[in-house]
Amino acid sequence: MSSANTLTRITPKNITDQEFFYGHKACAGCGGSLAVRLALKVLGERTYAAFPAGCMAAVGFIYPQMAFTNNAIITTFPGVASMASGIAVGAKALGIQNFKTVAFAGDGGTADIGLQALSGMIDRGDDVLYICYDNEAYMNTGIQKSGLTPFGTQTTTTPAGKNIHGSKTQKKNLFEIIAAHDIPYAATASIGYPQDYIDKVQKAAQVKGPAFIHVYASCPTGWGTPTETSVEIAKEAVDCGLFFLAEYENGDYRLTRNPKQFASVADYLKKQGRFKHLSDADIASIEAHRDHKWERMRRMWNHQ
Amino acid sequence: MSKKREFISGDEAVAIGVKLSRPHVIAAYPITPQTITVERLSEMVERGELNAEYMHVESEHSAISAAMGASAVGARTFTASSSQGLLYMTEGLHYASGGRFPVVMMNANRSVALPWSIYGDQRDSLSLLDSGWIQVYVEDAQEALDMMIQAFRIAEHPDVLTPMMVNLDGFILTHTYEIVEIPEQSQVDAFLPPFQTPNKMCFNNPKNMGFSSQPNDNTEFKYQQNLAVLNAVKVLEQADTDFATMFGRKYNGMVDEYQSADAEVLLVTLGSVTGTVRDVVDEMRAEGHKVGVIKIRYMRPFPEEQLQSLTAKAKAIGVLEKDISFGYEGTVYTNVNSALAKVGNTVPKLNFVGGLGGRDISKADIRNMFLKLQRVAAGEAYKTVDFFNLNVETNE
Repeated sequence: MSSANTLTRITPKNITDQEFFYGHKACAGCGGSLAVRLALKVLGERTYAAFPAGCMAAVGFIYPQMAFTNNAIITTFPGVASMASGIAVGAKALGIQNFKTVAFAGDGGTADIGLQALSGMIDRGDDVLYICYDNEAYMNTGIQKSGLTPFGTQTTTTPAGKNIHGSKTQKKNLFEIIAAHDIPYAATASIGYPQDYIDKVQKAAQVKGPAFIHVYASCPTGWGTPTETSVEIAKEAVDCGLFFLAEYENGDYRLTRNPKQFASVADYLKKQGRFKHLSDADIASIEAHRDHKWERMRRMWNHQ
Repeated sequence: MSKKREFISGDEAVAIGVKLSRPHVIAAYPITPQTITVERLSEMVERGELNAEYMHVESEHSAISAAMGASAVGARTFTASSSQGLLYMTEGLHYASGGRFPVVMMNANRSVALPWSIYGDQRDSLSLLDSGWIQVYVEDAQEALDMMIQAFRIAEHPDVLTPMMVNLDGFILTHTYEIVEIPEQSQVDAFLPPFQTPNKMCFNNPKNMGFSSQPNDNTEFKYQQNLAVLNAVKVLEQADTDFATMFGRKYNGMVDEYQSADAEVLLVTLGSVTGTVRDVVDEMRAEGHKVGVIKIRYMRPFPEEQLQSLTAKAKAIGVLEKDISFGYEGTVYTNVNSALAKVGNTVPKLNFVGGLGGRDISKADIRNMFLKLQRVAAGEAYKTVDFFNLNVETNE
């Protein structure tokens, strides 16, 4: 994107010290709140932010203690994309200029209950950046399975017992569902690769129209991981190939990270309480699914 | 200056009323029998007569959600729905009133599935009386147009800041053509100033909105919300008075009445059926029957005191409504009965339930109701709920 080339790249050295999401009561090591915090630093103070009922709404807006220093609002659970659309369109109709509207929602709020409104937002071409922080289950309500919960995951609604070995379904292919709308810009990212995430937020913010980022964001509470390893574990998910970094732009898919060799899936899984029960056969099945997905991505998509 | 008149449907009257109110954002999803309204609005935007953003939302849930988003930055917003669509919005209806977003909605009153029916009754909006919206029911296309303009003024008033639903009977009003007087834009502008609110997100004074509350302050928010709807009484009455001064049409605020002062038996009505009842009142008055009608305009806030005083001399009262709360009685009846019980009005009160799923309510039906009320007033035994004109035999 030519306009992005003229921007100063935001890096750890020059990123603003200003905090837009501060004093909230998210769990220690919350990956979702880190994704929100970094994105708002990139987007700046002339930003309307919309959050559906979910973790960020629950931890940031407890009257009278408001945790956002920019304009922010809780929406209905299925309605973050539509309310963000309304904000962007309303502000435009009022002649307000030089602003950005961003919607932040979790995996359930995006890939399940919010998918219809998100599809409508993209279809209309509304000027909204939508960021899905994916921690792979309904964490706010207590770790229930969502459409982005991966195969084998133990959640409070997919118990790891003899009959049901955790989640029986694979993650929905959210990135390609969104890209299939011919959205101007979509990307995947991970809080384990923060510079890549910041770059993609910066790029998405330049789009005049809908843009989408699917950011992998760990949840120590739901995953059964130590709070100090949140960034590390989100990086390992990418390194072992269970998550991928990519962009969709001008109709083309591109892998933005294409590991020559994957790190161990078993090592990644075994560090997490939610996968402790998996058998060798389960892990082999997860690896096979990964390899199939990567074979297709490498064959079909641009990469180095 | 001669007055401008057009031969238009109720749906078109709504569209013109909305256009004259200069909304910034229209977000609506099509549903019969509301569709003509949103089609006309989109044409007005296309022709440049209406300088608004028209959002093609993918559902009613998104319609109200987008309207709230636009309202949250200070835009004047309109949406329209009916029946299943209104019910699909339900989460957003409560959200809009709790968030104090003064969205204005037209609802084309239509039956609720199952069984499917595209035709009119009032079960859709009456089932949402507790959603916190101001609800008005109109009698004809002129009132529909006029109430769109009044609705923005009432909803956006700083003492109210509550969304408002203007209800008109599906097909009977939405698709019936009438001569309607079109107000002058300059007069509408004088009656309805631009929307101003401190309750919005802006960059000079950022806000966090739609927040959560704890048990120790939730009740206080709900108390204020209740107060806001009660405040609407004075505001809507003033709007009615000012509207009459400006445009020459007065609707008498919360309730209207016809020949009620000396009536021995009264029918209480809601919406378009009132016109037919007026005709029957004229016919029966000519024959010497002391009958009258009270038209409820607002279901929320509810015209409790007006009903108490207007019914004080009647010997029997019937509530005619296109609604039933299964296992009990019609909701309008419950509300009316509660108001009258508070002043110890113990005359017989009957609940005529009909017009469901679009069935016509005829003059003969209404005459029979008045005659029955007269017999009951004279001592005949009665059952409270009367499903009149049933096409099946019952064992009752």
